[in-house]
Amino acid sequence: MHKFLFRRFLQSIGVFLAVSLVMFAMLQAAGDPIALLVGEEGTPEDIVRLRRAFGLDRSIPVQYVLFLRNALRGDLGISYHHGVPAMGLVLERVPATLELVLTAMLVATLLSIPLGVIAASYRGGALDRLFLSGSLVGISAPPFWVGIVFILVFGVLLRWLPTSGRGGWEHLVLPAGSLALYRLALFIRLVRSGMLDVLGQEYVRTARAKGLAERAVVFKHALKNTLIPFITIAGLQMGSLLAGAVVTERVFAWPGMGRLILDSIQKLDYPVVMSWALVTAGIFIVINLIVDISYSFVDPRVRVT
Amino acid sequence: MAQEAAIGIAREEAFEAPPARRRSSLSLAARPDAALSLLVLLAALLIAAAAPWISPYNPIGQRLNLALRPPFFLEGAAPGHLLGTDGLGRDLLSYIFYGFRISLAVGLSSVTLSILIGVSLGVWSGYKGGGADALIMRLADFQLTLPTVLVALAVIAIFGSGVGKLILLIGITHWAVYGRTVRGSVLATREREFVEAARALGASPLVLILRHILPSVMTPILIISAVELPRVMLLESTLSFLGLGVPPTVPSLGGAIAHGYEFLLSGHWWLTVLPGLALMGVVVAINLLGDWLRDVLDPRMQR
Repeated sequence: MHKFLFRRFLQSIGVFLAVSLVMFAMLQAAGDPIALLVGEEGTPEDIVRLRRAFGLDRSIPVQYVLFLRNALRGDLGISYHHGVPAMGLVLERVPATLELVLTAMLVATLLSIPLGVIAASYRGGALDRLFLSGSLVGISAPPFWVGIVFILVFGVLLRWLPTSGRGGWEHLVLPAGSLALYRLALFIRLVRSGMLDVLGQEYVRTARAKGLAERAVVFKHALKNTLIPFITIAGLQMGSLLAGAVVTERVFAWPGMGRLILDSIQKLDYPVVMSWALVTAGIFIVINLIVDISYSFVDPRVRVT
Repeated sequence: MAQEAAIGIAREEAFEAPPARRRSSLSLAARPDAALSLLVLLAALLIAAAAPWISPYNPIGQRLNLALRPPFFLEGAAPGHLLGTDGLGRDLLSYIFYGFRISLAVGLSSVTLSILIGVSLGVWSGYKGGGADALIMRLADFQLTLPTVLVALAVIAIFGSGVGKLILLIGITHWAVYGRTVRGSVLATREREFVEAARALGASPLVLILRHILPSVMTPILIISAVELPRVMLLESTLSFLGLGVPPTVPSLGGAIAHGYEFLLSGHWWLTVLPGLALMGVVVAINLLGDWLRDVLDPRMQR
């Protein structure tokens, strides 16, 4: 386990270096943010002064080394637009985004497992068909559009829930719900088809034949073996939830990383874009680590080494 | 890595699972949902192809005196504007027609690009083996864990947006599923007797791959594409909604919804609901067709 964590730690450093190098290279190719910053009224002296202030007058390799040295201290530069440290700007948005993403993941997982099991147990029945067609609509609806329809129905028409900003739990319902919907639909299908695969196998038949209660067969023997591929996909979906959150935050004016990055992209605020990329990479690494470790709990054949 | 080990085990189990289920009737006539989906998809393709001729108006023609008129089934509709007009007086129906055009064009071209990249890398990986194989497969793993919206944010933040760039971006970031599948098929087919025989008869590697190995991967590629196309179309509309996809001057469904979003609280709901329904209709149809296709072509993968 220690060896595994150490190797993972080394891998993570590699990932961070790769992300920073790729982002840095792309930013170099992108052009000059200073021109945008000073606007049309800026004098050549302004430009020179600003270039020096942001360290953009050095050669590119020197800039990268300087960048890395500062990054190690958690200093990724000053936001061109907000004038405060970029890393801090991103980090203070992390809790809002995680709140949204984790709630959505929890809702999707907790609902999809029982629903998927029910659908598989009554294969071809009315409930199965209902869940299947519901999940088809769920994976086919544009995610951002679902959020907008939620606003229309629950905010404008019924006036039940607030439609923008972050606050108490009632602010969380619509954004997290709309973010969860696609995953819920996807997970129901996954659990269902996984269960169907497993329920047809010999050992399940054996369990039934020896007179175990159907509930024990389904939950103890079948569900456990369905969960392994499920965790893989769920782990991958955590990443895509971070991406989905960008859209949801835009639709519901949720003050997370996603809205910050969208604004920063428009303003070519590169230190913020860079910090966001590194923070997102960090969250990814942690998620993958959790997914890998959770395998060894569900499937004793997999050992983390 | 433990993750891959687990995937591997899950795969092996899937292979051992007996194809115990009976084949249901698979003709289109017995599956009204699939038949209807095919009709919807054909209609969408037709609309997309014929948009310039069948659209009642220029989709980006602004008529400010006719702005924000509701669709025909509501009071106050403007004659001739079946689905109403948006905040700039653009005809919504024409806008949706052209939106189909962009959605399907971006979807189909980027999926084609992904197939080309995925098949080439997959064949190379499976046929050559060794270091190239390991490298390509690690790259595929990496690709699969990276959500395209995030990559798109970073890339578009830096290089700007455009239809061509969007196709390139989506195409390049979606090859991994194809690459993996093709590699698997190549590995499975490479040692089969008929390939051995062809090799013994002196067939060149190119002939071996094109004539004997590639035909066996056509089915999985078709099935994967049916899953990927709707995903890619949703991705395009999402990016366009965020203002990161096709430029605002090009009519797209995501752009239409983004425009309607600004009028959400003022009661002009049709501006977001109608384009969304149109997109969802096509995506549902493709997904249903994909399910049907999988049932027909690959009984072992049946739902």
